[in-house]
Amino acid sequence: MDAALLLLADSRLPAGGHGHSGGAEEAVRTGAITGPEDLARFLRGRLTTAGLVAAALAAAACELATAPGAAADQAGTRPDEPAAGAAPESAWRELDAEADARTASPAQRNAARTQGRLLLRSARRIWPSPALDTLAGAVPDGAHHPIALGAVSAAAGCSPHDAALAAAYTSITGPATAAVRLLGLDPVVVHRVLAGLVPDLTSVARTAGARAAWERLPAHAAPALDLLAEQHLRTEVRLFVS
Amino acid sequence: MGTELVGGRTVLGTLRSDPPLTLRQTGHGTVHLVSTAAGPLGGDRLELAVDVAPHTTLEIASVASTLVLPGNGESLTVVEARVGAGATLRYAPEPTVLAAGCAHRMVVRLVLEEGASVSWREEIVFGRYGERPGTCHSRFDATIGGVPLLRQEFVVGDPAVDGSPAVYGDARCVGSVLLAGPAFGHPGPGNGGRPGNPRGHASVIAEGCAVLPLAGPGTLVSALAPDAATLRARLTWGLGRS
Repeated sequence: MDAALLLLADSRLPAGGHGHSGGAEEAVRTGAITGPEDLARFLRGRLTTAGLVAAALAAAACELATAPGAAADQAGTRPDEPAAGAAPESAWRELDAEADARTASPAQRNAARTQGRLLLRSARRIWPSPALDTLAGAVPDGAHHPIALGAVSAAAGCSPHDAALAAAYTSITGPATAAVRLLGLDPVVVHRVLAGLVPDLTSVARTAGARAAWERLPAHAAPALDLLAEQHLRTEVRLFVS
Repeated sequence: MGTELVGGRTVLGTLRSDPPLTLRQTGHGTVHLVSTAAGPLGGDRLELAVDVAPHTTLEIASVASTLVLPGNGESLTVVEARVGAGATLRYAPEPTVLAAGCAHRMVVRLVLEEGASVSWREEIVFGRYGERPGTCHSRFDATIGGVPLLRQEFVVGDPAVDGSPAVYGDARCVGSVLLAGPAFGHPGPGNGGRPGNPRGHASVIAEGCAVLPLAGPGTLVSALAPDAATLRARLTWGLGRS
C-alpha cells in the first residue's frame, strides 16, 4: 500500500465527495434505513454491488494510466496502436463507456460524472500528470468517478489494488457519514459498523484488482439503489446531491 | 435457431433442439421454448443460439416458467443472440424460479448490429411461495455496433446481501426489460457525440419500477416486486412509459 492512498481516501480531500450520500438520504427518507442495523445491511449491499463495480473500474483506470500497453491488451483494442507511451484519449473513452454500460440509472450516471469532474479538477492541481490531462480532454463532461479515481491513484503513485481499495472504501464511507448526519446516529456506532465491513472491503478490493478484459469486469446491479437515486431527484428538500 | 429473409419475408431456417428444451414454431416468426423435462437441474448445461438475419423479425416466448432445481453441481444456461441490421428480436420468456438448494448460472450475450432492434425480458423469482431460494448468478451483456450498451449481473442467494435496502430490499422478484435500437438513439450532446437517447435523461418512476434511459441507444425498464404477478404488472407499466 502506498502512503498516498491515505490522502486519496481521506474525506478531507477537496473533491466534493461530501455532497453525495450514495442513495442513503433517500433510503432514510423512505424509512429503509432507520438505524445502525439497516445501515449495515445497506452498506454491505452497496459494497458488494456498486462498490465492487467501482473498485474494478478504478483498478482498470489505474492500470491504463500506468501501463497503457498492457491495459490496451485487456481492452482488446487495436493492435496497430503503439504499446508504449501514454494511453490515447480513445482508450479512456472506451473505459468510460464500460462504466456507462454498468450504470443504468441516469441519476447515478450524472452523480458519477459530477464527482469525477470535481475530483479530476482538484487532482490535476495536486498531482499534475499528462494522463490526467488526457482523461480530462477525452471526457470533457467529466469521467465516471471510478475512472477518475483510478487515474488519480496512478498519478499519486498508487497501484491498481490501492485504487480498488480507495474506490471500495469511498463507496461506503460517504453513505455512512451521510447517515450519521441524517439520522443523528452515534458516530462511534457507525464506525463500528464500518469496522465490521473491513473483511468485505479487503475481499472486494482483491476481486476487483484482478486483471481482466474490460468487457468481463464485474457489473453487479443494485436495483434498489437505482430506484433510490431516481426518487431522490424528485424529492424537494434534499441535503445531498445524490 | 435462425431466421432468413426470403422474398422480403422472415422465414425460420434452422430450428434444432434437444430435451429438456424444445423449440416449437407457433406462428409466423414466432417460436416457443417448451420445457420437455424438469429443470434445469444441477449439472445441466443448456445453450441457446439465436441468429436473427438482417431485416427479419423473430419473437421468442416460453410456454411456462422455468423452475431451477438442485442436482449434482451447478446448472448453467447460456443464451447467445445476434441481431442483424434492420432486424427485430423480441425475447420474452416466462420467469426463472429459483427453487431451494439450486445453484444456477445464467449468461446472456446479446450482440446487436447497428440498426437492430430488440426487446429482451428477464424475470427472476426468489423461490416458490414461502421458499428460500438457492443461489443464482446471472450475467447480461448487450453490445450495439461493438459498443457496450448494458452490462449487468444479479446475484441471488446470499441472505446478507439479498435483503439489503441497496439491493433487493424486501422484494422477492427482480426483473427488467431492455429496449434497444434506432428508436432509442441519436447522436446528441451530453453523450460526447455517441448515439444517445432521444428522451435525454428523463427517467420515469413508480413504486418498485423505474424506466431508465441508458447512455447508449436503449432504455431499461427495471422492477422489484413481492411476487411474480406484481413484477409483470410493473414491467408492463414501465413499458407503456418507455
